[in-house]
Amino acid sequence: MARVYVPKDTTACALGADAVAAAIEAEAKARDLDITVVRNGSRGMFWMEPFVEIDSERGRLGFSSVSTSDVQALFDTGFPNTGDSPLCVGLVEDIPYFRDQQRVNFARAGIIDPLDIEDYQSLGGYRGLTRALSLSSQEIVDEIKASGLRGRGGAAFPAGIKWQTVLDTPAEQKYIVCNADEGDSGTFADRLLMEADPFQLIEGMTIAGLAVGASQGYIYLRSEYPMAHQVLKTALASAYRHGYLGGDIRGSGQCFELEVRLGAGAYICGEETSLLDSLEGKRGLVRAKPPLPAIQGLFGQPTVINNVLTLASASSVLAGGAEAYEALGTGRSRGTLPMQLAGNIKRGGIVELAFGTTLRQLIETYGGGTASGRPVKAVQVGGPLGAYLSSAQLDIPLDYEAFAAIRAMLGHGGVVVFDDTVDMSQQARFAMEFCVVESCGKCTPCRIGSTRGVEVIDKIRANKEREENLILLADLCDTMEHGSLCAMGGLTPFPVRSAIEQFPEDFGG
Amino acid sequence: MTVVNPDDRNIAAILERLQHLPGALLPVLHEVQHEFGYIPDKVVPDIARALNLSRAEVHGVISFYHHFRSTPPGKHLVQVCRAEACQAVGARELEAHIQKTLSVETGATTADGQITVEPVYCLGNCACGPSLQVDESVHGRVTPEKFNALISDIGAK
Repeated sequence: MARVYVPKDTTACALGADAVAAAIEAEAKARDLDITVVRNGSRGMFWMEPFVEIDSERGRLGFSSVSTSDVQALFDTGFPNTGDSPLCVGLVEDIPYFRDQQRVNFARAGIIDPLDIEDYQSLGGYRGLTRALSLSSQEIVDEIKASGLRGRGGAAFPAGIKWQTVLDTPAEQKYIVCNADEGDSGTFADRLLMEADPFQLIEGMTIAGLAVGASQGYIYLRSEYPMAHQVLKTALASAYRHGYLGGDIRGSGQCFELEVRLGAGAYICGEETSLLDSLEGKRGLVRAKPPLPAIQGLFGQPTVINNVLTLASASSVLAGGAEAYEALGTGRSRGTLPMQLAGNIKRGGIVELAFGTTLRQLIETYGGGTASGRPVKAVQVGGPLGAYLSSAQLDIPLDYEAFAAIRAMLGHGGVVVFDDTVDMSQQARFAMEFCVVESCGKCTPCRIGSTRGVEVIDKIRANKEREENLILLADLCDTMEHGSLCAMGGLTPFPVRSAIEQFPEDFGG
Repeated sequence: MTVVNPDDRNIAAILERLQHLPGALLPVLHEVQHEFGYIPDKVVPDIARALNLSRAEVHGVISFYHHFRSTPPGKHLVQVCRAEACQAVGARELEAHIQKTLSVETGATTADGQITVEPVYCLGNCACGPSLQVDESVHGRVTPEKFNALISDIGAK
């Protein structure tokens, strides 16, 4: 029976994948063809969604941007047995965007049925956990340390050191918390991973539980991701059914319980201490550190809190060994980083590469430049708190330290491209405005500073005492950076300052 | 969005099912909003009592999170993304078009009670913006024309 793959993914569905899947089933039925429609995850080549695939002797063939009105003509060319339709883009493996990646986190994305645990196992899934079950807690933590894995949420803290701290802190109850509150604009790697390969996250969290002696985990998922929520709930139930979660994991006598909890539309809850307060059922207020969450985290207990990609990577590290993982990357940035091409970009999607590629290669070679065809003017990397780079700065390698050296941030790997129609003073204003909307309100520099920031930028844009107000804004940015309790107020000055420094002409300079 | 009169449903059932979870307040509020379309003021004392919290604490949580609302929304909900990736491909123009077409400010409901327009900061569809969500479905590459078609679709239902 011919299999037809139509992604069940937020972006694919936002471009009509559900209707396309239904139309393909209906057309096959009308022609009396026996087919199975598999709802796979997305390959992450979003500009081609809905991206339909079929099996062939040489491998999977892809069809780009299929709409319901194409379906009849598609079948007329011999679909789903041939790739003779003009929509066919050939072998998926040969598409340069896809071929020239080093996929680790996304190795299975789009290939498997995300909800089929056997599909997951057939491509290396649960090998990491199987190995972890034969190791001691300290040996697992040592593997993570040796891999050089750093937190993928943005702060890039070495995961092994965090895990060691939790392992070394005695407590009756410890927790593993996954930060799936992917609120940065321009980022969707966590969403894609959860929708396309949810068991990888579940496996990684289970390994973390074994590593530090935690028997309970929570995935804190943003409420804006309803599809990921459905996928996770179904995958969790399946993992329980197959003995990969629960009181006796695969007969080992080890226990790990895992639950998904929804956020409620607060960007600040992506900050780890705010997230913990939210999980406890409170307002998501940032906590002062110390104490570190690794020592006093969720409900006051030692807690590993890591991003989706960090925890998912633990399954690859354990499956392939720390050395294989550490062999990828550059300097102190080891492994791969899934970059996300977004905004005004011709070929938007996921590009997973070892660290070290330049931003220009990413935007030009993979992304194909702007969608509008106009010149790139500015690129914001690392979400709403990341600096704006000018087109002259694009030769920077993707490496945590290289970005830090120019007061920019790789963050969670989001790359938002703007063409030359953007007004950077409007973007600087937005950075402050976003902080007004999303500040938790606990500390003054962030809560009040952002409101004053909007006002000062408005005056500069209206050319009112421009020079004096630019000095005032610089001073305000210093106060916010050094006086805020967390990265929300502390990093909001970065997009503002970089916009002024790189694009003075947009501020009347 | 289905708004149900809170008198018709029993808040006690939700509380009984969820109140024993660690950190139960957010799951309870999600469930209440899912059932009623919003979180009516009158259920706050019940929630507070069941979770051994003060009413002020429950109110504080409801008002902190953008997702929770304490007044009934319109029949349909349109959430328009305002974040940078969508700005780069015309989200500001799209939002202006929506406001003009529906004669409503973002954050408010049309005079006939049909459509509530809310801002949202990122739907995770950043490679194919501008994005918006109509009720439960996310839509990508939304032009003013595509928006008009989406609105006439929900009007026809």
